[in-house]
Amino acid sequence: MSGDTTNGLIGDRVTRTEDAEFVTGQAEYTDDIATSNAAHAAVLRSQHAHAKVHDIDTSAAEELDGVIAVYTAEDMEEAETSAPRKIPSMSTDYIQVEPELFRPVIASDRVHYQGEPLAIALAEDRYTANDAVDRIEVDYERLESVTDPEAAIEDDAPTLFEDYPNNIAYDWEFGDKDEVDEAFEDAEYVASASVDEQRLIPDPLEPRATVADYDSSSNELSIQMSTQTPHSDRHAIAGILRHPENKIHVQVPRVGGGFGAKIHNYDVESLVPWCARELERPVRWQATRSEIHQTSSHGRGLNLEGEAAFDEDGKLLGVRVDGLADLGGYVSSHVHMLTTVLCIEVINSQYELPKLYSRIRGALTNATCLDSYRGVHEVAAITFIERLMHESAKEIGMDPAELRRRNQIPADAFPYETVTGTVYDSGNYQQALEKTLDVLEYDELRERQEELREDGRYLGIGLSAYTHVSGVGPADVCKEYGIFKTHWESGRITVHQSGTVTAYCGTMDFGMGHQTSYAQIVADKLGIPIEDVEIIEGDTRHLNDGVGTHASRSLVVGGSALAESADDVIEKGRSIVAHQLEAPEEDIEFEDGEFWVKGAPERSMTIQEVGSQAHRAWDVPGEPGLEATTYYLPEQMAITSGVHAAVVEVDPDTGEVEFERYLSVDDAGNRINPQIVEGQLHGGIAQGISQALYEDVVYDDNGNMVTSTLQDYAMPKSFHVPEVETVELSTPAPDNPLGAKGVGETGPIAGNAAVLNAVVDALEPLGFDGSEVDTPLTPEKIWKGVNDQD
Amino acid sequence: MTEHDIEITVNGTDHEMTVDSRTLLVHALRDQLGYTGPNVGCESSMCGACTIHLDGEAVKSCTVLAVQADGSDVTTVGDFADRDSLHPIQESFSEEHGLQCGYCTPGMIMTTSELLERNPDPNEEEIREALEGNLCRCTGYQNIVKAVESAAEKMRTTATAEGDD
Ligand code: FES
Ligand code: FES
Repeated sequence: MSGDTTNGLIGDRVTRTEDAEFVTGQAEYTDDIATSNAAHAAVLRSQHAHAKVHDIDTSAAEELDGVIAVYTAEDMEEAETSAPRKIPSMSTDYIQVEPELFRPVIASDRVHYQGEPLAIALAEDRYTANDAVDRIEVDYERLESVTDPEAAIEDDAPTLFEDYPNNIAYDWEFGDKDEVDEAFEDAEYVASASVDEQRLIPDPLEPRATVADYDSSSNELSIQMSTQTPHSDRHAIAGILRHPENKIHVQVPRVGGGFGAKIHNYDVESLVPWCARELERPVRWQATRSEIHQTSSHGRGLNLEGEAAFDEDGKLLGVRVDGLADLGGYVSSHVHMLTTVLCIEVINSQYELPKLYSRIRGALTNATCLDSYRGVHEVAAITFIERLMHESAKEIGMDPAELRRRNQIPADAFPYETVTGTVYDSGNYQQALEKTLDVLEYDELRERQEELREDGRYLGIGLSAYTHVSGVGPADVCKEYGIFKTHWESGRITVHQSGTVTAYCGTMDFGMGHQTSYAQIVADKLGIPIEDVEIIEGDTRHLNDGVGTHASRSLVVGGSALAESADDVIEKGRSIVAHQLEAPEEDIEFEDGEFWVKGAPERSMTIQEVGSQAHRAWDVPGEPGLEATTYYLPEQMAITSGVHAAVVEVDPDTGEVEFERYLSVDDAGNRINPQIVEGQLHGGIAQGISQALYEDVVYDDNGNMVTSTLQDYAMPKSFHVPEVETVELSTPAPDNPLGAKGVGETGPIAGNAAVLNAVVDALEPLGFDGSEVDTPLTPEKIWKGVNDQD
Repeated sequence: MTEHDIEITVNGTDHEMTVDSRTLLVHALRDQLGYTGPNVGCESSMCGACTIHLDGEAVKSCTVLAVQADGSDVTTVGDFADRDSLHPIQESFSEEHGLQCGYCTPGMIMTTSELLERNPDPNEEEIREALEGNLCRCTGYQNIVKAVESAAEKMRTTATAEGDD
């Protein structure tokens, strides 16, 4: 499977080749694009969380000097070009999402959350566009609102959609309840835990932004935007605007972070091209931070509570779990899958779990739409099971490390089919746990914890053993999940006549260094200098189709597409060399960029010479040129795993949590660029820690967002996150040619539980109730949990 | 809206321009003069992505009106770029993998450069404190701190070497 790896670049800590552009300020993000004659767009957003809209008066705005146009849903209906449709969510076999629940691109007579777009104003400059928005008058009839999902499903709650009187968009079950209940009857021990996930804002530092232009002579709509999924955007915008997909060109400049928030098809990203088409002039827009907070999809927001049953040896017999997701005002594109099948697929984490029953409901609320954020709802699943293991250990009277050890899937059991039908391809969970305990000097640490407690100091040790599904792709799995485009990825490699190489991939970097790690793969395989490889992503004209960057998939699936294309290029080169050197193909060897005839090394050609010959094509056996395209479709998912540990000290008088240590032991298979992998871990872990301790979206009783700026929303600052120690383990993924497993999302998946377990562990002697933690665990909540326990 | 004619020097080049009273310096630099090094992340002085040097001092250019900068000397991260090789701070950010998406990087570099001028040998705590006003969503700050440490060391070595001459 390993193919020809020659010059050893794979696995090197190569310094990122794209960095110079960023550190000199020359990197071009969407809002950096220079345009001439562009109209600047600003969006009027609903001031209320739930209201009927009787009238929108744009006349004062239109009269303002410098205003080009103002459009409402009604204007769009009346315009010559077709009005935008709603943003579709995919129905699956297990959950139907009726079009009524789709997000509109622009609201007309009813709004469901604060910030929903009602009109778009276009002006000669940004400031005037905002002035125009300020002058639009809206006649609202306010309705009662609800932002708490538990309250939303009560009988007396206000209703968002008439056909959904209890605000329940879906009610999904997995497993046989009676069978699981029986397991509980036979149990020696039963423990419970709940994860009450707050909403989080993914908050990439670059806000969403779009620049669109339209050429009526060719009917071409060109869109530059900040996105993780250029090809999917092209497809979605084609549907929403009823514009031919082959007449839409999406091109993505540098993207300043995404974290899942730039996957979905959003409203304004279709409104801006609609306006460009209507006005036949360029239109540009960049969201403000408050717009991002109020309208970019939020993450998390899934409550899980349940129990685990154990036999007398502490072996798991079954788990039952009840979930409620806070969907927001509409059902966003992926949220129903993420909060159900894609959540429970890892709910057994690293353990042999014989029985599972779960029920998860989705509640419509007057809040921003919920969807993916790095780690998606695997975070809730792992946090739930890892909190449950911690609570269970207490119940059983066993050390939490020992309880995990007893239940881990043995290293010789792979491939292992879990209770949910997920196939775990490979791993060595015991090794990760033992390594963690070893590095921590766990036994000594527990002793020190005891000693410190005697001095009134509260040290906590939190473990979090995780699995993470990366490289989703097998067609049957995607079909079962209802993913509308199976997660293959495309990669094309062209060897130019001069011998330099361009490689194209359908993924989209937003900070993970694809330009370097992909070039390492290509250069390593072809045996050429890394400087000779150019990586291109994010342009629907360069590569016909692609899936994009999310779900920890780029390296695993996109990298594999490039690796296979490189192998194909080498094979094609081999046939040219065999022909020109008049030797049988099977006698042509290849290593380090050079082909030669077996036993006659002087009869050789470099890959650059072969490229040159292939283009000159005076004498080649097959078609000219030297290039290959692969649509790589994984046959198996690559399951990343590991154990994280947080060691904290909590001051019960102030509720402050101080980190002593954070350890991240991860098996990501083969690491192509360990420095980049570690960077992904650091950033992801910061987000996990922040979920446990800091960030929280808050709405007031009327559905107004209280945390609409970075002043009120606690994105961690430099002194909030500890230094992370990383330890590398590797069981290569057997299915993909790189042996790689995705690591992008593991930080928050493991991090949240590690920190929560550590805080609960620290406070155990003080009577803190660990079975129901309300995150984020702010100093105030900790203080209350310790000091007034009524 | 009142308009003002102002003069500012950006990275050594003099510019005369007309701005509205309310135009933010960051927008004047980006939209009118084309200096897109400073990025806009929040427009409210919270993220630091727009940090520049104004008469030698690191400031968030979204908190300054363009008219206030009349007669001032502005340096953006782009000024380092005109040199033949990377500045030690830029070099260290790259070597230590102190950036991922790069959106915070221009601001981080400008803040770092001011810090190191003030304090050529900062410890970790001082670095984290100095970077308090610059948010990074990608890196967890760990490698940014390392980058600043490494840049400081490089700059101290150069300063000593120059001092020896
Ligand atoms: S844009 Fe100036 S501080 Fe955020
Ligand atoms: S590198 Fe992305 S915000 Fe800092």
